[in-house]
Amino acid sequence: MAQIDLRDKLAILADAAKYDASCASSGTAKRSSAGKKDGIGSTEGMGICHAYAPDGRCISLLKILLTNSCIFDCHYCINRKSSNVRRARFTAKEVVDLTLSFYRRNYIEGLFLSSGIIASSDYTMEQLVEVARSLREDHGFRGYIHLKTIPDADPQLLEAAGKHADRLSINVELPTVAGLTRLAPEKSATRIEGAMAGLRSSIEDGRDAKKKYRSAPGFAPAGQSTQMIVGADAATDRDIVGRASTLYDRYALRRVYYSAFSPIPDASDVLPLKRPPLMREHRLYQSDWMMRFYGYGPNEVAAAADPATGMLPLDIDPKMAWALRFRDAFPVDVNRAPREALLRVPGLGVKAVDGIITARKWRRLRLEDVARLSRSIAKLRPFLIAEDWRPVALSDRADPVPVVTPKREQLELFAA
Amino acid sequence: MPLARLQTQDDFDGWRAAARSLALANIPAEQVSWQVGDDVGDLFAGVTETAIPPAPADAAFSVSRIFVDLAETAILHADPERFALLYTMLLRLRAQPGLIDDQADPQRRRIEEMAKSVRRDIHKMRAFVRFRELVEDDGTPRFVAWFEPEHHIVRANAGFFARRFTTMRWSILTPEATIHWDGDTLTEGPAAIKADAPDGDPIEEVWKTYYASTFNPARLKTGTMIKEMPKKYWKNMPETALVPGLIAGAQNRESRMIDTARAAPGGNAQMALDALREEAAGCKRCPLWKPATQTVFGEGPADAKLLFIGEQPGDQEDLAGRPFVGPAGQLFDRAMAEAGVDRAQAYVSNAVKHFKFEPRGKRRIHSKPNGGEIEACRWWIEQEREIVKPAVTVALGATAAQSLLGKVVTISRTRGSPIALADGSEGWVTVHPSFLLRIPEEDRRAEEYARFVEDLRRVWDRVGALSG
Repeated sequence: MAQIDLRDKLAILADAAKYDASCASSGTAKRSSAGKKDGIGSTEGMGICHAYAPDGRCISLLKILLTNSCIFDCHYCINRKSSNVRRARFTAKEVVDLTLSFYRRNYIEGLFLSSGIIASSDYTMEQLVEVARSLREDHGFRGYIHLKTIPDADPQLLEAAGKHADRLSINVELPTVAGLTRLAPEKSATRIEGAMAGLRSSIEDGRDAKKKYRSAPGFAPAGQSTQMIVGADAATDRDIVGRASTLYDRYALRRVYYSAFSPIPDASDVLPLKRPPLMREHRLYQSDWMMRFYGYGPNEVAAAADPATGMLPLDIDPKMAWALRFRDAFPVDVNRAPREALLRVPGLGVKAVDGIITARKWRRLRLEDVARLSRSIAKLRPFLIAEDWRPVALSDRADPVPVVTPKREQLELFAA
Repeated sequence: MPLARLQTQDDFDGWRAAARSLALANIPAEQVSWQVGDDVGDLFAGVTETAIPPAPADAAFSVSRIFVDLAETAILHADPERFALLYTMLLRLRAQPGLIDDQADPQRRRIEEMAKSVRRDIHKMRAFVRFRELVEDDGTPRFVAWFEPEHHIVRANAGFFARRFTTMRWSILTPEATIHWDGDTLTEGPAAIKADAPDGDPIEEVWKTYYASTFNPARLKTGTMIKEMPKKYWKNMPETALVPGLIAGAQNRESRMIDTARAAPGGNAQMALDALREEAAGCKRCPLWKPATQTVFGEGPADAKLLFIGEQPGDQEDLAGRPFVGPAGQLFDRAMAEAGVDRAQAYVSNAVKHFKFEPRGKRRIHSKPNGGEIEACRWWIEQEREIVKPAVTVALGATAAQSLLGKVVTISRTRGSPIALADGSEGWVTVHPSFLLRIPEEDRRAEEYARFVEDLRRVWDRVGALSG
């Protein structure tokens, strides 16, 4: 390979890493450099997005690959063996220096490092761990480190990775095993999930040890996450929601990221060329929130999907879709209803619900009070009862959908 | 008129002391004027100032911690009315302590909104400050940033930078004040102007390279970007200069990627089709998989110029696992032969890939797929069409036409003329061969059969014309 300069390499290896949607820098152990004579960095719990790209994604970490050479041939991946992309490779030192120089200028919260598989899984993992080790041990770096984990790597290497990194992740890649077989023939769902199970127990052991002895070495304090590509295999939204919920339960994941499949340069024929609407990814994230913050079970979220196609509606959010399918659950009385019932009102967020619950101890709430606590009272009105408001029962109306469905059409920027 | 004088814009302790004394003296909010520093605002010119009566030494009253925390944040807001607003709220809370729970109270809401705006500004400052490195006279580096916050947050936010960049020397310059860190202590200086800060840093070019490369042109969500990174911050963030160019180039880049892929297929279409068939074998996108024997996938060359879409597999296809092998399939073969269509060059598939039926005794009676089933199965036929890339696609019957065109059409109205499909290829609609089998009168059946053969002949001509 011809000698190419650092910026060229960065362009190649950032481009190669951008299909991973994960960007979080939150939820790790608190660290500070206050009073320290050397080293640099801090983590204060809340993640920080240092910039946003026009694709709407936040830039929190320096997200790069160590190399985009790969011995695997996964069809959806721009770095697959048979792709004609330019290849490049960073040395561990180059990554360390780049991370530190970006961090000092306050461009980033830390590093998200992944890699194509070169030589062997163990060799690749060793290289990733070395970068993290050097940042932590040679430079006293206290910022955030997310390492992508190679499922087949030696458990000892995974131990070392967990010691230095805040978060580890292994991507399940596709929501269905059939999809994985088609698009990533060399990857095995069994091995991927086996590795996720291993990480779960290491993370939990680390947390227990930390409770007993403060000095115990932690293990990936920000836990593990995964990603699946949406729209490249035949999975419906219902399948995806079910799969995500199984993964959350089985491996105690912090997050499941969804990445709407997008065309890549030098695509393989195995891939669809058309991408799913970005709105689909958004709706899936909303369904994820319904499960994580609003107390819906996975089956309930699935029930918001169209029974025939298994797809969540694109024109209204899944919480609204659920409400319209289960109209008997409404209207909900803001002055009496339990928290769980209020959380199901479309348009009422967690903060608004907490506000209602505190405020109603003090006095009976009117519609204008709810309006002040929430964003859109027009959306809420059909679903709740207030001191001075009682909607026409939803079930009495022939079709309440037009009242709550936004009139504005979601325009596809790149309709094929 | 009592005048409460505060040291600085973010002088919370001063506000707290003054508010306590004023409240103990029972001075109503509208009688107090608040002032920062020594400036005498025009507003109060001519007003006779009176000092705040000192509070009795043992006098005290308490107010909810929630309010104190809220006030500490809200006081950093740029709105000059904030001091008076907070004092009004304090008096109301003193009279009615339970009011602290009334989150829907309009005044409380206004203060909450102020605090929220301040917290956001604090967070955005932590995110968007961009240090530039310079070398000081003693040869050590110093990192300097110019930042324009919306509210009076600089002092409140200094601790964050001190905890993070402890071992660096740095300065943050703002139009209101400057803060400096020398590795041990924070010091404050007077207001600065942008020209006081360095105008560049070589690393910014590297950062911009990263910003441009991490952006995915296949997805544009500029609304989200602007919501989270409001334009007011852009002027001090070097990477934002790239945004217009990236947006302008995005659409081109995506369509170029797709065009390249279309023009120069990866050469593994057959493999792609095999892999797709494999995946389809386990399809559970709609409930039809349960009673059916197997998925009946399309068949034919991966580079076929002509692609036929039927309705769904019938009884015999379901058992054989291959499309168009039953009575309708045999009729179809005969018609193709008569029309001169080379069957070996056509790809045949179905809109719905599982057999839908009603059991009647020992027989399974064909049942028409509904809109949901057609929609669920469209994913497969679209994938097949993406891989095969036929010049002409022919929908046989209403179900196939609905699948191909994404809407319900009548055969009689769409038959006989080409339809431009979204991918630039040509679509045609004709009847399904099973329709011919169901016509009872022999002469009409012969007539319809001839029409069908004529349709096939015409599309075969089009295939010839289009693939030149």
